[in-house]
Amino acid sequence: MTLTFEDFPPGRLGTFGPRHVTREEMLAFAAEFDPQPMHLDEEAAKASMLQGLSGSGWHLCSIMMRMMFDGFIGRTASMGSPGVNEVRWLAPLRPDDDLMLEVDVTDARVSRSRPETGIVTLKGVARNAGGEVLCEMVSPIIVRRREGRA
Amino acid sequence: MRFFEQMEVGQRRELGSFTFTADAIKKFAAQFDPQAFHLDEEEGHKSLFGGLAASGWHVGSVCMKLLVADAARQAKEALARGEEVAVWGPSPGFRELRWIGPVLSGDTISFASEIVSKRTSDTRPEWGILQARNTGTNQRGELVFSLLATAFVPRRGAA
Repeated sequence: MTLTFEDFPPGRLGTFGPRHVTREEMLAFAAEFDPQPMHLDEEAAKASMLQGLSGSGWHLCSIMMRMMFDGFIGRTASMGSPGVNEVRWLAPLRPDDDLMLEVDVTDARVSRSRPETGIVTLKGVARNAGGEVLCEMVSPIIVRRREGRA
Repeated sequence: MRFFEQMEVGQRRELGSFTFTADAIKKFAAQFDPQAFHLDEEEGHKSLFGGLAASGWHVGSVCMKLLVADAARQAKEALARGEEVAVWGPSPGFRELRWIGPVLSGDTISFASEIVSKRTSDTRPEWGILQARNTGTNQRGELVFSLLATAFVPRRGAA
């Protein structure tokens, strides 16, 4: 069944994963979108502030997007997102990390300009297998309302 | 790349442009954001976007790509002048990312970055913390992407 606005009350939506991240995919993303030495070169990465090879923050966010898609957005009447309020990269993504993603609904309100839709604000927290928080993301999505359906 | 001391609030750099082909949009979406309006022309036309639309994460990742390319160009120029090259640190995150308008297949987006604040790090005195507003504008001059980015930038002579 397709999830609509009514299925997103404030509170814990779910925990998704694990998602294994290989060194190969980390390097491939970095080569295409974020070719900084700390993301591509072991030696340079060791000398960097992050003290070892790390994944691009944009890769981590993109993986979190995919985990949300697989977890619920793929079966949600989602109409896209206007943006991201905040992303905090708190610890580096490392090769062979197994990610878990906790998602909470922090706010849900009916859109004034499009009353057939609602705006659901999600907070996603990605952790590695050790429970360390790698990234926090707060982002609204636009979701169709059940009673507003044509 | 430049050092903290070489950067001033209000400095703006044009980062270059990128054309989002249908193939590139679908390839990124298939991997990270396989919503129908990012994968299929018909579904895109039926959606709020009005066409096959790039994932917002694709747009942000391309902005990063052009930022890194611009920094590499600056590093090359600094080396040619015989100057020391700064290596940027990681970013602690960003705020206020706005996907203002859709990026549709065939659109060419020009990205720019303007420094909005700078301060030295309290906990890491060899680093400065820089905030920049990164933007993307399409071929019709419409702002489609905006982001307030934060990054660690090295201070000269600190390394």
